[in-house]
Amino acid sequence: MAELKSWRDLPAGGRVSPATAPQPRTGGWRTGLVPEVELSACVNCLLCWLYCPDSAVNLDGTTFTGFDYDYCKGCEVCAEVCPTGAITMAEERP
Amino acid sequence: VKELLTGGEAVAHAMRQIDPDVVPVYPITPQTPIIQGFAKFVANGRAHAELIDVESEHSAMSAAIGSALAGARTITATSSQGLALMAEVVYIAASMRAPIVMAVGNRALSGPINIHCDHSDSMLIRDSGVVQLFAENAQEAYDLMVVAPRIAEHPDVLLPVLVCLDGFTITHAAEPVELIADDDVRFFVGDYDLPHPMLDVGEPSSHGPFAMPDHYFELRRQQAAALDFVQVALAGAADAFELLTSRRLHALEEYRLDDANCAIVALGSTAGTVKDTIDELREEGKQVGLLRICSFRPFPAVEVAAALAGIETVIVLDRADSPGGTPPLHAEVAATLYGSGCELRGHVYGLGGRDLHPEDIREIFASDQGAYVGVRGEECPA
Repeated sequence: MAELKSWRDLPAGGRVSPATAPQPRTGGWRTGLVPEVELSACVNCLLCWLYCPDSAVNLDGTTFTGFDYDYCKGCEVCAEVCPTGAITMAEERP
Repeated sequence: VKELLTGGEAVAHAMRQIDPDVVPVYPITPQTPIIQGFAKFVANGRAHAELIDVESEHSAMSAAIGSALAGARTITATSSQGLALMAEVVYIAASMRAPIVMAVGNRALSGPINIHCDHSDSMLIRDSGVVQLFAENAQEAYDLMVVAPRIAEHPDVLLPVLVCLDGFTITHAAEPVELIADDDVRFFVGDYDLPHPMLDVGEPSSHGPFAMPDHYFELRRQQAAALDFVQVALAGAADAFELLTSRRLHALEEYRLDDANCAIVALGSTAGTVKDTIDELREEGKQVGLLRICSFRPFPAVEVAAALAGIETVIVLDRADSPGGTPPLHAEVAATLYGSGCELRGHVYGLGGRDLHPEDIREIFASDQGAYVGVRGEECPA
């Protein structure tokens, strides 16, 4: 987390320039289950990537590699749209 | 050139000469002559603004925020219920630091419904963080409109500036008004140069973000500092304006105050009547004077205290009440005079357009009026 600025240093009216906000790891808001993937069953259709509302599906180029749990909220959409059952929801490991 | 103009017409001329890019506005008495006059200038090709017929004053100020922050010089105008409906968005304009100029034809708030002058509409948004300058007459309303963009758009200000002119007394009464040459006004206000316009595709930015408890207070503090800086920006703009016109605009005006032992403090057109009465009383040997406040927000507290130093009796005239409390100008002056030892009285006068006559002012000086001036049934102090 970046240090909070004094009122003198904040842009007038709280104007926000692109890519200046600290990136909060919103995965901390996740409740319930987390997605897991069995990559040997994945056909790389990228439906999960397309549907994920939080951009929490990691790609290497155009190849699915797994989930970004720093941003995943556990909504289960990826598991729902996965046509091969490669994605399953599991208990969160502490 | 000197022309016979109502205050509303004079303000419309100032708008034509400034030639703003966008004017979102909704008609309301007694502001209507301002926008009606300006709309004629646009229709006749003498002004070039995008005139937006919005569906309400709430929308007028919303559109004004968008256009001012997008990078277009924006002016609007309203009165009374219009300002009340707009109030929510006025706060947002100030917090988003939108340098909008707005003329306010001061009119009593309902109810009972009324169309005549008092200052209850402006006082409703007293704490919104906007600049509020009160004109004494049509000439000053015109002059303040011309300097308003320079104050609003100063990079250390970036706040809405409201030029307040008494409804009917100024908006509808014709006076000789000295107009500045069109080219001189254009040069005086210059180009609209917002530091970070939203439509700058080279450097895009988001305006008006949500602020949690870790930022809200800092942004409010920043807004207070910007309003404080207006005194410097106003003085600078007044210097440049004086070079152009030989007329001096002041945050506050002292009238026959030097050797006064009793002084009235007031806003707006009433100051003219008070000055005439003071002239008469001076002929009779009474040491009376006036301190007229032009800049009510920001309130020039240090200058007010200095101007009133040594005066035995200070009488504050408020054209707005604060039921259950102290009227706004009275409270402001009381705060600046705290500990000074002078006698301080306050009177509410002129609500809903009730005239204040020279005889009333004589009675006020003579302690022969109650807290509410000229109200039937009001008891005067013994």
